[in-house]
Amino acid sequence: MSAAVSASSHRFSEARLAEIAELVKRYPGVQSALMPVLYMAQEDFGYLSMDVQQHVADVLGLRLMQVREVVTFYTMFREKPCGTFLLEVCTNAGCMLNGANELVAHMCQSLGIKVGQTTPDGMFTVTEVECAGACGGAPVVQVNNVYHEKVTPESMDALITHMRASGGAK
Amino acid sequence: MIPSDPKQVKQICFDRINIPDVNTLAVAREHGAYEFLPTVLKTFEPAKIVDEMKASGLRGRGGAGFPTGLKWSFVPRNTGKPTYLLCNADEGEPGTFKDRDIMRFDPHLLIEGMIMAGFALNVHDAYIYIRGEFLHEASVMNEAIREAYAANLLGENILGSNYSMHLTVHRGAGAYICGEETALIESLEGKPGRPRFKPPFPAVEGFYRCPTVVNNVETLATVPAILKHGGAWHAAIGVPNNTGCKIFSVSGHVNKPGNYEVPMGTSLRMLIEDYCGGLQHGSVPKVIIPGGSSTPWLTAEHYDTPLTYDGMTKAGSMLGSGAIIVMDETADVVAVTRRLAHFYAHESCGQCTPCREGTGWLERIMIRVEDGQGCDEDLHVLKEASTHMAGRTICALADGAAAPILSMLKHFPEEVRARALGKAA
Repeated sequence: MSAAVSASSHRFSEARLAEIAELVKRYPGVQSALMPVLYMAQEDFGYLSMDVQQHVADVLGLRLMQVREVVTFYTMFREKPCGTFLLEVCTNAGCMLNGANELVAHMCQSLGIKVGQTTPDGMFTVTEVECAGACGGAPVVQVNNVYHEKVTPESMDALITHMRASGGAK
Repeated sequence: MIPSDPKQVKQICFDRINIPDVNTLAVAREHGAYEFLPTVLKTFEPAKIVDEMKASGLRGRGGAGFPTGLKWSFVPRNTGKPTYLLCNADEGEPGTFKDRDIMRFDPHLLIEGMIMAGFALNVHDAYIYIRGEFLHEASVMNEAIREAYAANLLGENILGSNYSMHLTVHRGAGAYICGEETALIESLEGKPGRPRFKPPFPAVEGFYRCPTVVNNVETLATVPAILKHGGAWHAAIGVPNNTGCKIFSVSGHVNKPGNYEVPMGTSLRMLIEDYCGGLQHGSVPKVIIPGGSSTPWLTAEHYDTPLTYDGMTKAGSMLGSGAIIVMDETADVVAVTRRLAHFYAHESCGQCTPCREGTGWLERIMIRVEDGQGCDEDLHVLKEASTHMAGRTICALADGAAAPILSMLKHFPEEVRARALGKAA
């Protein structure tokens, strides 16, 4: 979706601006609203292009550098587009002990991509992430931030088939 | 007091956890949520609450184990500045997944604890800093907060009292370091999460340079029970200096991984065998990481260590957040250590040289060791670098990075050397 949106439309809607105005009141300083506003921007525009980051800076009255520092520090803010389905596999200790590495290898093989890549149809991106905080359900895969626990290569294949069949409708 | 069957002890944070729909206000109230809150707001003196917390012996459940009542007593009164209460729901320590269950299943327990803590500390604005990945948990918390506002449990003049408090959920965005309380504060101010030099401590100068208390989810969720039953009641559970119940998140090679809330002092063996269904392979663990990935490893000889702050210290490790990662005889300790080295290198905030450079060194050397491309000098550098990083940085991330390396070298020197030199079986 993001790629199709022209640069000039990277502006928050009036409704979003009203939401941001309310949000800012919840904090002692306006800069505290930066991270939540970046999440809104990512939701609205797909990813945080330089143009979007400048818009966020303008809306909050911050310098571009203040926005850049935050965007580049935190892994959940994305400066590049990703697939319709972002598959984030935890490979930290708890998941690793329960087959996460084998799971990632299987997923990459099934999808024909390497870790960090997106399928040519733009449908799936596979990444490895740090501990998801759900080690009791290891191995854990987040699909667009929804947790799937005790995932097996078989259950992952079924999930991928299901996602593909849904035609990219999140 | 530890009864012979710890399962007889009433759970504190997980008391309502299995009740269907207890995340809704109506069901939570049917089961006692907010029942005692009016009594607290109308009849308790804030100073008395701090005294009860001290008497309870509760120690912070986030990892450091600092006495909660004492932390609260450090907040200066009448500074002319507002005091803030921040709930640390960043839960990023590998192995830890307990706060997630409190928030997604019983969010009103946390809200009630925060109102009581806020009242004791004269806080009018409180925040829950929740890790960004917990989108579902954040939405459950937000819905519970919305219901609480509608029922006048939050907002102005709570339940007709003179006390007002606002509560906001704030999502992090994938940075382990933000679980460190001063990094969390920086992050909540809309900046990269780089830990601050201390002193000043947050109690004196924290969020926007105002007095600030940062408490873990489990800590705050324990407050309602302590105020309802009294500090002495809580102090009688567990063992002296290690009171109450604690949630242990058990993962790795056990048959029934999960969260278990047990009285402090229960043994590691009992937790793993009686609660977690034992090990996947064999009868004794190869490695137990008792308090999250940053804590030194224990081995089979420590299987009977009591789950207490003091017991773990005596065994040479730390209770930490209660995140127990168990490895059975099939575990590849070199591979696990290499993976943890990657984690710390990835998560170092980069402001202190020993950590920024050291974590990268450790990872690069561990890759060589894992691949059998190492040498004796590598093992020497691993030890030297780890030793020199720990304690020489602003926060404890470097200490956490050193712990698995030093543990691996200490407990499995032959296995590691053989692997490094490409002689592994």
